[in-house]
Amino acid sequence: MYSEKVMEHFKNPRNMGEIPDADGVGTVGNPVCGDLMTIYIKVKDNRLEDIKFKTFGCGSAIATSSMITELAKGKTLEEGLKITRANVADSLGGLPPVKMHCSNLAADALHAAIEDYYKRQKGEGEAKK
Amino acid sequence: MSAARRVYMDHQAGKPVDPRTVEAMLPYTKSAYGNPSSLHTFGQEAIRALEESRAKIAELVNAEKRESIIFTSGATESNNLAIKGVANRNKDRGTKIVTSSIEHMSVINPCKFLTTKGFEAVFIPVDKCGFLDLERLEKELTDKTVLVSIVYANSEIGTVEPVKEISKIAHSKNALLHVDATAACGQVPIDVKNEGIDLLTISSNDMYGPRGVGALYIKEGIRIEPLFHGGGQERGLRSGTENLAGIVGFGKAAEIAKKEMQTEAERLVKLRDRFIEGLLRPIAYSFLNGHPTRRLPDNVSVRYSFIEGESMLLSLDMMGVAASSGSACTAKTLEPSHVLLAIGLKHEEAHGSLMFTLGRQNTEADVEYVISLMPGIVKRLRAISPLTPKELNT
Repeated sequence: MYSEKVMEHFKNPRNMGEIPDADGVGTVGNPVCGDLMTIYIKVKDNRLEDIKFKTFGCGSAIATSSMITELAKGKTLEEGLKITRANVADSLGGLPPVKMHCSNLAADALHAAIEDYYKRQKGEGEAKK
Repeated sequence: MSAARRVYMDHQAGKPVDPRTVEAMLPYTKSAYGNPSSLHTFGQEAIRALEESRAKIAELVNAEKRESIIFTSGATESNNLAIKGVANRNKDRGTKIVTSSIEHMSVINPCKFLTTKGFEAVFIPVDKCGFLDLERLEKELTDKTVLVSIVYANSEIGTVEPVKEISKIAHSKNALLHVDATAACGQVPIDVKNEGIDLLTISSNDMYGPRGVGALYIKEGIRIEPLFHGGGQERGLRSGTENLAGIVGFGKAAEIAKKEMQTEAERLVKLRDRFIEGLLRPIAYSFLNGHPTRRLPDNVSVRYSFIEGESMLLSLDMMGVAASSGSACTAKTLEPSHVLLAIGLKHEEAHGSLMFTLGRQNTEADVEYVISLMPGIVKRLRAISPLTPKELNT
């Protein structure tokens, strides 16, 4: 049912864990629905210097989280915001149709983390005034 | 996945066909092609085999006579025939059907369908172990209730319902009792006379017979409407030329089940109890679903907090182990198992459930193998999960 690539990321997830002093954190999903993921980012010179994830969910939820960290690491924030759910699914060699919506939340989590970073920057900027 | 060892523990989803059953079927797939409805010798040989099988099924559930057994294409058809058959035949007397919240879809959906045809269906809740709320059942029964349909034992949590008591309650209000014994029949002794069952669904594959065959026991004197109209086979209740090879295999499976049930049940109960203990004791935040003892001998249903069932199934499959889960991710509907929700589990608890159903091929070594895998699998997935409390990840 899953592609080899999905299983490979499920078995050996990349960049799994937390970043305690993250510059931005994005959480999407809900344990009630069976999927919850959190993405942590560290930003330097407008680039995603480090990125980590934690996920509660099925095989594809874990694999998509792992994949997005690979896709996003080193990219600029603008490039990160352009990564779509479809990019993640394609990079994994496709996902079963039933999983396309429920477990393909990683792009949303990344975008939420970047938005959180922007919000924090703005907050700090305002605080300095 | 290539794993050194392969352990099949998903017998509720499908059972291997017993080789002795296959042996019995072979002549009816090759040379004995007579139609039981024909007068000639070929036909007479076929009808003899058909009636012998019918007698074996009747004997397994202690039916008053073999004619009380109607062959169908499986449990789904038997459940449909019982529910729609009783409802349609008795609609002048009443239009209410009472069932439970932990039924198989092949009971739930015919009941729901009937509600679009002027019938009323009530789904009685169960307690946290899965036992039917008998007080609620009594309250829901009116003189308009024609049928009570209850599962003998649910395949997901294994809870064995108090059928005899349910029967007394149903009969006190003149309702008929249909029991879906798909998961239970062949595992535990069932006695339709003693337990007061009016209609009983029996599945062939669930007792190691071939797929595509089942039966409905209908107590003598009870009249129902058929689903199929045609040549009038099976006392007019199931038209269509009989699936003779399948029926012969089903008969053989019933004969074997009757003979071996007690020894096998004792063996499985021992395995089951060791399995449950081994899955729960070494792992924090782990729980049993269903009742500790009043459950089917084959059923092991557990849950682990903070992680999700499908990812556990994949992890087990990588190690050669086949199991199942009540998680939404393994369902077509994307909803967690209605049975696990009915026993009061939260959605996230139902997502974290894992079911093993044991069978004849499983050994103590299989059980110990899975027990040895589980702590590592749970630990890894909990390390990935954002829900896991920090102290568990050290």
